[in-house]
Amino acid sequence: MLQQIIDRRLSGKNKSVGNRERFLRRHKEQIREAVRRAVDGRGIRDLEKGEDVHIPKRDLSQPVFGHGQGGKREAVHPGNSEYVTGDRVKRPDGGGGSGSGGGQASDSGEGEDDFVFHLTKEEFMQAFFDDLALPNLTRTQLAEIPEYKSHRAGFVNDGTPSNLSIVRSMRGALGRRIALSADSRQELRDAEAALAVLNEQGAQDAVSLKQKVELLEKIKQLKGHIARVPFLDPLDLKFRNRVRVPVPSSRAVMFCVMDVSGSMDESRKELAKRFFILLYLFLTRHYDKIEVVFIRHHTQAAEVDEQNFFHATETGGTVVSSALVLMDEIIRARYPADQWNIYGAQASDGDNWHHDSGRCRELLTQKILPKCRYFAYVQVAEPEQNLWEEYQRIVDEVPHFAMRKATEASQIYPVFRDLFRKEGAPTT
Amino acid sequence: MTFLENRRAVGRNASDDEYGGRRRQGPPRELLPLKERPAQPLPSPSDWTFDTIEQYHEVIRETAQRFGLDTYPNQLEIITSEQMMDAYASVGMPVNYRHWSYGKEFISTEKNYKRGQMGLAYEIVINSEPCISYLMEENTMAMQALVIAHAAYGHNSFFKGNYLFRMWTDASSIIDYLVYSKNYVAECEGRYGLDAVEELLDSCHALMNHGVDRYRRPSKLSLAQEQAARADREAYAQLQVNDLWRTLPRKAASDDAAAPERRFPSEPQENLLYFIEKNAPLLEPWQREIVRIVRKIAQYFYPQRQTQVMNEGWATFWHHRLLNQMYDDGYLADGMMIEWLKSHTNVVAQPPVTSRNYSGINPYALGFAMFTDIKRICENPTDEDRQWFPDFAGTPWLPTLDHAMRNFKDESFIGQYLSPKLMREFRLFAIVDDEKDSELEIAAIHDENGYRRLREALSRQYDLGSREPNIQVWNVNLRGDRSLTLRHTQHNDRPLHDSSQEVLKHVARLWGFDVHLESVNGAGETTRRWQVAPGKT
Repeated sequence: MLQQIIDRRLSGKNKSVGNRERFLRRHKEQIREAVRRAVDGRGIRDLEKGEDVHIPKRDLSQPVFGHGQGGKREAVHPGNSEYVTGDRVKRPDGGGGSGSGGGQASDSGEGEDDFVFHLTKEEFMQAFFDDLALPNLTRTQLAEIPEYKSHRAGFVNDGTPSNLSIVRSMRGALGRRIALSADSRQELRDAEAALAVLNEQGAQDAVSLKQKVELLEKIKQLKGHIARVPFLDPLDLKFRNRVRVPVPSSRAVMFCVMDVSGSMDESRKELAKRFFILLYLFLTRHYDKIEVVFIRHHTQAAEVDEQNFFHATETGGTVVSSALVLMDEIIRARYPADQWNIYGAQASDGDNWHHDSGRCRELLTQKILPKCRYFAYVQVAEPEQNLWEEYQRIVDEVPHFAMRKATEASQIYPVFRDLFRKEGAPTT
Repeated sequence: MTFLENRRAVGRNASDDEYGGRRRQGPPRELLPLKERPAQPLPSPSDWTFDTIEQYHEVIRETAQRFGLDTYPNQLEIITSEQMMDAYASVGMPVNYRHWSYGKEFISTEKNYKRGQMGLAYEIVINSEPCISYLMEENTMAMQALVIAHAAYGHNSFFKGNYLFRMWTDASSIIDYLVYSKNYVAECEGRYGLDAVEELLDSCHALMNHGVDRYRRPSKLSLAQEQAARADREAYAQLQVNDLWRTLPRKAASDDAAAPERRFPSEPQENLLYFIEKNAPLLEPWQREIVRIVRKIAQYFYPQRQTQVMNEGWATFWHHRLLNQMYDDGYLADGMMIEWLKSHTNVVAQPPVTSRNYSGINPYALGFAMFTDIKRICENPTDEDRQWFPDFAGTPWLPTLDHAMRNFKDESFIGQYLSPKLMREFRLFAIVDDEKDSELEIAAIHDENGYRRLREALSRQYDLGSREPNIQVWNVNLRGDRSLTLRHTQHNDRPLHDSSQEVLKHVARLWGFDVHLESVNGAGETTRRWQVAPGKT
């Protein structure tokens, strides 16, 4: 009889990936919703995680014909402890184990629980990017780490001559020579000792002379043996090994500036948040260490933590320049431009005290933009007011300033188009 | 391959066998003698190695042969838990076409497994030739031995011997067919789009349980044959459908009513998917092929659904018997025995109805108890047994068990072999739940007056025909709106579930025109109607 045991363990798991893709595809809407909620709930810095997605059971049901409640049915159960034939029992209301005789009805009875599953980090980011309508090229740029540093990683047996490690090679050769010639040298020592003994005795009889000749012959032979062990063998050569390790370069600081005056409602803030997240994500690909500074402003600006930045509400008018002044101060105090890559992101609904807009432009062009690698402004409302117009004048003059209006998430990306195009621009 | 059609018959003699022309001998009347006792037991490490599995398998195989178990060749495969979950996701088959519901299955299995709410099965065995058994990497040696005895000899011999499997499934070609169907579905996805295929599969899955022939044997499946026949079939099927619908009303409507109505189908049909495949007016040829694929696979699984108690019971009985015999012969060490017996005990546990863990009758427990009981009746019959089972009480047990395994399904097996002693041991009782009655009534318990009623009730409980609603194709309005009428014949006045409306939408999607469903009670009155127009899913 044919018998075989087959080891399948190495032949790949994840056969079910195709099924999972189809499942995710089918529930795209719920997943987008879940991702959206997650983005709102998460901090900018911990976006890149998986997420649990809840899908109502009814959306997943696969209906089949089955029996419902009612009619007459008979069911057999084990473990009778008290009943005799003819006993009458109250019908348990719902829930209970009874009614399982049908076997089919159980499906919809208690379907309140959601079906919960976990989106992996990759799938989560995919959905997030979908939402922002990121072009594919940008996705790949975001997804990979562009810079590499070569690191030493021990020694290997082949490589280019320039990587030859002489000390290691010689040490190896020495070891090999010792190992290969050990026996011969032992014998040589013995033979020499025997010869010395003979010489000391000084006996001149034929036997001793013959012995001497033999010993000398042997010594010669052994020396030849030892000499034939090669001084350096290709086997001995050791080369320094280097591996390329992806290295994000240096450090950056990102300023998030947002108008929190009364006119910025929750949905506008959410939009602004996506804008900040996108910039943050981009920066994480390029920089080792990123600090984020949150500045919110109405008529006055203040540096706050992320929670307060997105969720506290304020009322009152708007003086944008206050925030820019504060930003400049912070840069000067904590982030000298020669040590930090500075990025600015400003979100606002375009509302500003009308005498202030000109001052904003001046502040930007004279103080902030020269220090920044990139400054992006996004206006989360339609009407063009004087702030927009003033900023419009900067766009032509300064290449690393970008501005955009966005009333939904997919419009945010173009702000960064230049930034993403200039791949590798930030150098250290 | 055409001659295969007539090679099998129901209730055939046990002496002939079609597989590779080998002639099967009937089971021995008793255990064949052991050649020689081993000098020492097999090694019993807790971790398995390929060598030890090989050694154990060898002994298990010999022992099984001494009992006369007839099996397909075995192919044991070691897999990881992830691969086990993959297998779960595709209904236990090594390959299957892609569908979101399998993805959902995988996700929930994985989730439960990772949280520790659920252990994975120790094995999966596939009714194919050679019979493939998956052994999980995590199992200990004792568990591997248990699994080999259970799957590779218990289930395997059941697949090969039981009449339903012989009749309905083709072990030799199922893997080929699944490969074919996977490729075909993938090809359709590429050609007609994921959405179109997904919708179609959803609809077919909704009718899967009503896509089997209950009484007629299906034709053989084989890769080469399927591929060769497909093109012909598509063309021909389309032709037939066109022909059917060519029956345009020839006269004015007034004459129409007077003309004797030509019924179509001339008799009600129970295989909804088959009817749709052959007659749905608007399906494209590739859609018909997919309907056919789902139908064929449903048909392949149909015997498994009908023999759960027997199949599991048989496999459990045999792993118990084989390993015990090996112990008696001196092959197994004590530690091994204790370990597998513990798992065995868990598998055959039957919590009583009052227990919180109760979830119906455990098929392993019932099946194992019944086969063990048949053996007991053969070997040590009581007066009661002689009275209830005069035909086999006191006869050799191996042929009796073999006969029971070969010629029954759950329903008839219980009806035939459930003994009063077991009913007492399980303390079975039957409850009647009648809608018209405000209370439940205990119809029978495990006493002299109740045995027969109890046995009948339990046997009916395993009758797929009464578990699933009886829905048949009743009529197609050929001359009017082309609507399809299905009829549900109520069993004991049990109504259809509320999800029927949803299922009907799927039927309408396949049919392409209006679909009606009427539910008819025992008195022949229609108690409820549903109607769905296509295009609203």
